[in-house]
Formats: sequence, C-alpha cells, structure tokens
Amino acid sequence: MGWRERFEAPVAGVAGSSGGKWARAALARVTTPLLPDDYLHLVNPLWSARELRGRIVSVTPVTSDSATIVVRPGWGFSFDYHPGQYIGIGVLVDGRWTWRSYSLTSEPDSSRDAGTVSITVKAMPEGFLSSHLVNGLTPGTVVRLAAPAGEFVLPDPLPAKLLFVTAGSGVTPIMSMLRMMRRRRQRVDAILVHSAPDAADVLFAGELREIDDSGLVEVKLRLTQSDGRLDSAALAELVPDLTEREVWACGPGGFIEMVTSTFEQAGRSDHLHIERFALERGEAGAQGGTVTFGRGGKQIEADGAATLLEAGEKAGVLMPFGCRMGICQSCVVMLDKGAVRDLRNGAEHVEGERIQTCVSAAAGDCTLDV
Amino acid sequence: MAIADIPEYAHLTDSDVEALGAELDAIRADIEADRGERDARYLRNTIRLQRGLEVTGRALTVGARKRSMWWAGATTLGLAKIVENMELGHNVMHGQWDWMNDPEVHSTSWEWDNTGPSAHWKHTHNFIHHKYTNVLGMDDDVGYGLLRVTRDQRWKPFNLGNLFYNTALAALFEYGIAAQHLELGKKRKTPEAKAELRRDITDVGTKIARQVGKDYVVYPALVGAVTRSPEAARKTATANLLANIMRNFWTNAVIFCGHFPDGAEKFTKFDLKDETQGQWYLRQMLGSANFRSGPVLGFMSGNLSYQIEHHIFPDLPSNRLAEISVRVQALCEKYDLPYTTGSFPVQYAKSWRTMAKLSLPNKYLRATSDDAPETASEKRFRGEGESRLTPVVDAGTGRRRGLRTAIAENRSRLRARVSA
Ligand code: FES
Repeated sequence: MGWRERFEAPVAGVAGSSGGKWARAALARVTTPLLPDDYLHLVNPLWSARELRGRIVSVTPVTSDSATIVVRPGWGFSFDYHPGQYIGIGVLVDGRWTWRSYSLTSEPDSSRDAGTVSITVKAMPEGFLSSHLVNGLTPGTVVRLAAPAGEFVLPDPLPAKLLFVTAGSGVTPIMSMLRMMRRRRQRVDAILVHSAPDAADVLFAGELREIDDSGLVEVKLRLTQSDGRLDSAALAELVPDLTEREVWACGPGGFIEMVTSTFEQAGRSDHLHIERFALERGEAGAQGGTVTFGRGGKQIEADGAATLLEAGEKAGVLMPFGCRMGICQSCVVMLDKGAVRDLRNGAEHVEGERIQTCVSAAAGDCTLDV
Repeated sequence: MAIADIPEYAHLTDSDVEALGAELDAIRADIEADRGERDARYLRNTIRLQRGLEVTGRALTVGARKRSMWWAGATTLGLAKIVENMELGHNVMHGQWDWMNDPEVHSTSWEWDNTGPSAHWKHTHNFIHHKYTNVLGMDDDVGYGLLRVTRDQRWKPFNLGNLFYNTALAALFEYGIAAQHLELGKKRKTPEAKAELRRDITDVGTKIARQVGKDYVVYPALVGAVTRSPEAARKTATANLLANIMRNFWTNAVIFCGHFPDGAEKFTKFDLKDETQGQWYLRQMLGSANFRSGPVLGFMSGNLSYQIEHHIFPDLPSNRLAEISVRVQALCEKYDLPYTTGSFPVQYAKSWRTMAKLSLPNKYLRATSDDAPETASEKRFRGEGESRLTPVVDAGTGRRRGLRTAIAENRSRLRARVSA
C-alpha cells in the first residue's frame, strides 16, 4: 500500500471531492475510530459524507394515492445519474430505518441546477412504507439515501424508433426519460403506451398530455377498466411497427411477462429493456425459496426451516459464523433482495436490512450479499 | 470440581428447565414487540452525550497547563471514554441496536475507541464468552489466561502474583483485551493458522498505532501548536493517559463484578451440542452476578449492573434490562433460584477477595472446589453415596424447595458447625 492509500484509508468509500477527502482524512487522525462526519452531522444531519442523507423539501399529491417527493441530498451525492435509475430511500418509522427503492422522476440537468431529486410514490394497499411516504412524510424530515443505480437507462444517442410500454407506477422511470428528452430537445420517433385502471389513476396525466401535444412522444393511454387489459394483440394493434422499435417496459410482474412474451414471439427480445418493480414486500408468509449468494452467484433451494447459514454452507459458500445460536452477530449479512424470516420469533425482514443467517430462513426467493 | 450437572445443581427437572426457558422466551418476545421510538431516542441521546463529553474533554485539555483544567479535561474525557466503551461500544457490538437498521449504529460497522479491533472483540466476547459462559477451558474470560479466579484452576507458583497481575491488567485492560484474541499461548501448526495469526497481529498493530497516535501524538501536538506551548502538549498527553487508565480500571471493575463475585458459578466442560436453549439460559443465570445500581451507576456501567439479564438476552437493548430484571427476579423466586447481587463495592471487593485467596495453593484454603464461594458443584448437596437429587415441592405451602433454599441451609449448617 502506498502512502497515499494509507493516508486516505479512513475515508475510503466516503464520497466527496479529493480536497474534502484529504481534509477529512487528516481530521480523522484526531477523531479515530470515528470520522469527522460523526461529529458534524450532530450539528447538521446533512453534513455527513459517510452516509448519503437528504432532507424532504416537499410532498405533492399527484393522484389520490400517490405523491411526488422532492429531496435535497446532503454531502457526497452525485447528480450525474441516468434517467430510469432508482435510488434507495430510508425513512425512520418507530425508531427503525425502513428502506425501499424508487425510480427517480426528476432528470439530471434540472436536478443539478436545483440541487434536488424527486421520486413519485404510489401508496400500496399493503405497503406500509409507501403509505407512510405518501401520507405521513413532512417537509424537513431527514432521510437516508442510497446512490442512484440500475441498468434501465436510455443509450446516447437515442435509437431512431422508440417505444415505452408501462403500467401503473411503471411510468415513473419513463417520466424521468421523457423529461430529459424534452429538456435536451431530443426528437426521435417515440411512442408511449401506458395502462392504468381509470383516468383518475393516471400518473402525470396533465404532463403526459402536454408531451403528446408538443409532439415529443405519441402517448397512447389504455384504461383497463373500460378498455380491458392490455395483451399482445392489443399492443400490436396500438403499435403496428412494434418490431421495428427499441423498447423500454416497466410495470408489475404479470404485465412484464406479457410484454416479454410478445417480443419473444416476434424474435425481438434483444430489443427489449425491462424493469420489474420490486414488490413492497416479499410474498407475505412465504416459506422457503431460492437463495442466491450475490457475490459468487451460487444458488440453492432452501425450505422454510433450514437456516440460511446451513443453506449457504451446503451450497459451498464461505459463510461467516460464530455461535450459530443467534447471540454473537458474527453471521450478519445484508439482505439484498427478497424476504427472510427470523426462526426465533417469526419476524420478517426485507431487502435493505442486515440479517443473522444462523437464525433466519428464506421467506420466498432472496439474495444475500455474501 | 465445578458444576457438571446443571439441572441437578439448580434442583430442577428437565421439564422445569424447559418451562423456565419458555418463560424467558416470552420476556424476549414482549421486549422485542415493544421496541420503538423511545428506545431509539435513548440511543441517540447517549451518542450525543458521549460525543459532547468527548469534545468538551478535549477542548478543556487545551488549557491543560492550568491544574484545574487538566483535571477537568482528563476526567471529562475519561467519562466520555467510559460511556463510549460501555453503553455504546459493548452494547452496539452485541447487536442490541441492530433492530434500528441504522448502518451507523450497527454491530457490523461499529468501531470502538479501544486498542482491540471490534472484529476481534466480537469473536472473543460475543461468541466465545457469551456462548461458553464460565465453562472452564472454553471461556477465556475466566481469568483471561492470567488470573486464578477459581480453585478449579490448578495452583502454580506464578499465581502468587494474582493481586499484582489484576492491578496491572486493570490499568492496561484495553491492551489485555486486544491481546486476548491473539491467543498467544496457542501452538499454531498449519500454515493457515500462522497466516491468520499474522493477519490478526497486523490488525491489532494498526489499531493500537491509531489509538496511541491519536491520544499521545496527534492530539497533544495539535494542542501544542494551538497554544504554542510544548508544556501544554505534554500535559494533554498525560491527561489522555489518565482518561484511558480511568476507563480501563472502570471497565475492568464492572466486568469483574459480572462473573467473579461469590455465587457466580463455574461449569465443567461438557458437550454443548446437547445443550437446550433452556439449559443455556440456566447456565447464564447461575454464572453471572449483578450489582445494585440506580440510573447513573447503571448508565455508567453500560447497564452491566444487570449482568444476569444481559447474559440471558445479550442482544436486547441495555435500557430495557432494568425492567427485565424485575421479571427475572420473579422467575428466580418461582423456581427458588439464587439471584446473585449486592452493592457495587461489596461485589467488587468479593472478587478481589477471591483473587487474594487463590494466589495461595489449595492446602491453605478451607473450602473445596465443590463448595467454595466462587465455585461449587452439585456434590455440595449430596450426602455420602447419594446420586442425583430431585427437586421437592413443599406439600404444605406448595412452594418449591430448590437451590436458593438449599444454599441457605448449607450456610446455616456451616455456621452451626463453626460456632459449635
Ligand atoms: S453465528 Fe452468532 S449470531 Fe449467528
């Protein structure tokens, strides 16, 4: 290790400019084992580059059960995200930080100017956090953030012929794309097919109409309560030159399956880019599932009684462990996807939480960071 | 020879032990269901207080040339380090606050202001000590490989220095803890084991360099530069030294009160694979000792004045142990089990008394390892040739006559014999 790496070691992994990093690394010698940020954020919660944080600027209703949330990120947040990417947002509820991921609906250029990003959240009937975000969040609240991520993005330059296919809140990542196209005046032959139960449920209805009127994108709405569900035939009817287009599709599982099979049958699946939105929770009450060990990609089927530690060892993964009885925290790893159940008390843990593998079992398919 | 049959010693049947386990599980479930904003606020306030004390202590030492400022700075910093070590470091690394899902206050990411790296400590303490509590030959915290704290440990001439070693250990406690994980006495044969040792030594070395660098080099130099006085720099370094020693003595004292006063039992090595959850609970209850505390003493000890409760539920938030102790005492009453506690000075004095006694070979000691204040076995209740004891329920009162009564009877019998 060179002297430079050694000097920067305490702040490695902390975002920020290199000047700021150096100052922080020097100060860290006085504050070790903490970082200067650990003291600073007691003064102002946003003064921390150790963890991304943000403050809620506004919560504006979009439809009766959805709202756009504007967040001003603190130190270390980078605004060069791509439209279509999502961020993780952690909110304190009853003393616990609860995390979910949401697509960004803002677009990078105006984000950089305003110093804010936005997400649009729809309250799910069973979704404890989404309802809290839509109805219970007040401006000024400090939230935690996970950096923008995701592969669901447009190429630059844009393909000559574009098609967006969305359902419900699947339109949110597309909104960010449309807003960027509008701002950058990127004109191509683009169509958006969006389905929602009825007119009142259409997110961004007004803005979509404007976009359609301006000729940027041809918007085709499908109201499933009156027009029926969108299927392959209906889609082909709405977009006759379907197979000539580069396609971005986002929506719930069943919808994505329909779109996927449509393009598979046409032999065009390599032109399809999809994003499924993660369910608010795993299937409630599920027992067992496929466990994926993220770093090596190994997989194993586990029942609802086998601990994840045993499952991992059986799959040949080098699992960390100590007591094997739930008291030492040696086996704790991050749950990247899905849900698991604590075998001692039945409590369910969802993605974004760190879990004890020696006392937890799969509750549906899940992915561990190990 | 320490306790081999724990249920027998406790005067409980196997089904009693399982029932006791179920009652404790219920306590855990109640507390888990009730954790929330109030607890999170307690933790956040503790963090704020600790960081405030630390900043204040360090600021005060800028004026360390003045005698009063030196004392004020050193003790404030000492208090900050105590809170950091006990109520924060120890408890956070136990996972007591993992439920908050806060990456900054999580057992996997917390690094404490001690020379031992957190990762090492979690292994020796959370895993080895808390799983194998007071099992001779398995729990290294029984004497830390240095002290003779039970007469089950064979006497060697080295033990004559018992009192001296503990004084030194207390002063340098953080270094003792840092070295503990290295298990320097162990032979390492395989190349992997040797490589692991090398890695561990590097980790400890790095951590020590950082800690020593901060307290004795960087910070004093900073103060020296600000005040343009080498004298102030030197005084800052000595204030930091006092703060560290203060913290070391205090944590050592609190920890010793947890397992070395009279009545904290030791166990012989046995097959832990067969141990049920109920038996594990029981062993934690018999092996630990409390001291009485109000809110301040409780807080400064990281609530380890409730060591028994902490050992039963190592990962439940420390601020709940006081209320848990009420329920645990009720269980001890019900099952007629001892609940070992006393005032802090008395409990601490008892552990020193044991260390003083045990610096001598057994022939100078009165009690046997089956019936001594610091270690006992089920044999202390058996008459000649009698085998396993069974618990009795008093036909008249319906009350269980168990371990607590048996110990009391033993004591009065002993007293009668002495006075006769
Ligand atoms: S291995 Fe000790 S808590 Fe899981």
